[in-house]
Amino acid sequence: MAHVHEHDENAGAEQRKAIWRTFWILLGITALEFAIAFTLNAGLLKTSIFVGMTIVKAFYIVGEFMHLKHEVKSLIWAILIPCIFVVWLLIALMREGGSIFDLR
Amino acid sequence: MAATAQPNVKNVWLGGVEPMKASYGKLMMWFFLISDTFTFSALLVSYGLVRYSYPAYAGKVVDFVSSPTYWPIPEKVFDAMPFLHGVHAPLVFVGIMTFILIFSSVTMVLAVEAGHRMDRPAVEKYMLWTLLGGATFLGCQAWEWTHFIHGTDGGTLIKEIVDGSWVSKTVFGANLTENQYGPPAFADFFFFITGFHGTHVFSGVVLNYLIFYRTSTGFYDRRGSYEMVEKVGLYWHFVDLVWVFVFTFFYLV
Repeated sequence: MAHVHEHDENAGAEQRKAIWRTFWILLGITALEFAIAFTLNAGLLKTSIFVGMTIVKAFYIVGEFMHLKHEVKSLIWAILIPCIFVVWLLIALMREGGSIFDLR
Repeated sequence: MAATAQPNVKNVWLGGVEPMKASYGKLMMWFFLISDTFTFSALLVSYGLVRYSYPAYAGKVVDFVSSPTYWPIPEKVFDAMPFLHGVHAPLVFVGIMTFILIFSSVTMVLAVEAGHRMDRPAVEKYMLWTLLGGATFLGCQAWEWTHFIHGTDGGTLIKEIVDGSWVSKTVFGANLTENQYGPPAFADFFFFITGFHGTHVFSGVVLNYLIFYRTSTGFYDRRGSYEMVEKVGLYWHFVDLVWVFVFTFFYLV
């Protein structure tokens, strides 16, 4: 723990600034999501925008709040690579859902 | 002796050092969270599968009426607010819940930061705010569930087969087999996904309380490290992260 021995007044001021910056970004994106929810018609474009914004939010929560961005590379990859399975499951089951729809 | 580690030889994978520059407890929390990611992904992806196997609502949003034959539009289902009976407020309440959870994530990470400085009063303060946020979220969810189960004033007229013959009846609210808002599967996924997430929030609140208790009794000062705040913090942020996905895929899309 590199931070344990810092005892001066300004210790962590930089980090606290980064925390609040992340908060405003998350709040801003959520507000934008609300605006889009009631202005855009349902469709592929709307869904892609929402998925994109969700991934950006996830990046900030995992990267800044959970501090993963500042960990060593091997830890970052150990967490990110297994998530490929989720992408695979998503694509596989979406196709499956469409096929059930066609057969119903 | 190949199996015995030499105590004075510093090899990355033979103990004594931290291979990923993170403590054992933190690494194990990360790997637990990865497995939990798979559980939540499975629930959300199954929601996607079942949703795509049903027809989408084709008409105008304004003319939307609930029916078990097509998937509902979330903003037409989740439009109620406590104390504002009969007011159409689409997604407002769930928006407030999202804000509460994001904010409690901020106070949690501030508690972690205060822990790095061994600043006990600040850790106590921010843990209390985090606890308040978590408890408020749970209360909101209880209200949301109650409303979802009891339904609207009018209910929905549904035709279903009872003992081999078609029967028309008005259904109010939802349970695991009947649903006034749409196909029964929609209510099932609502209960399972938000319920599983709510269970996580609940255990998070219990863990946060434990951290708050041990901080205020000076346990971490005596131990000389506030790393436990960080580990439970990881869990709490994960619960927030899951909500971000639930919010998008259940309430927005």
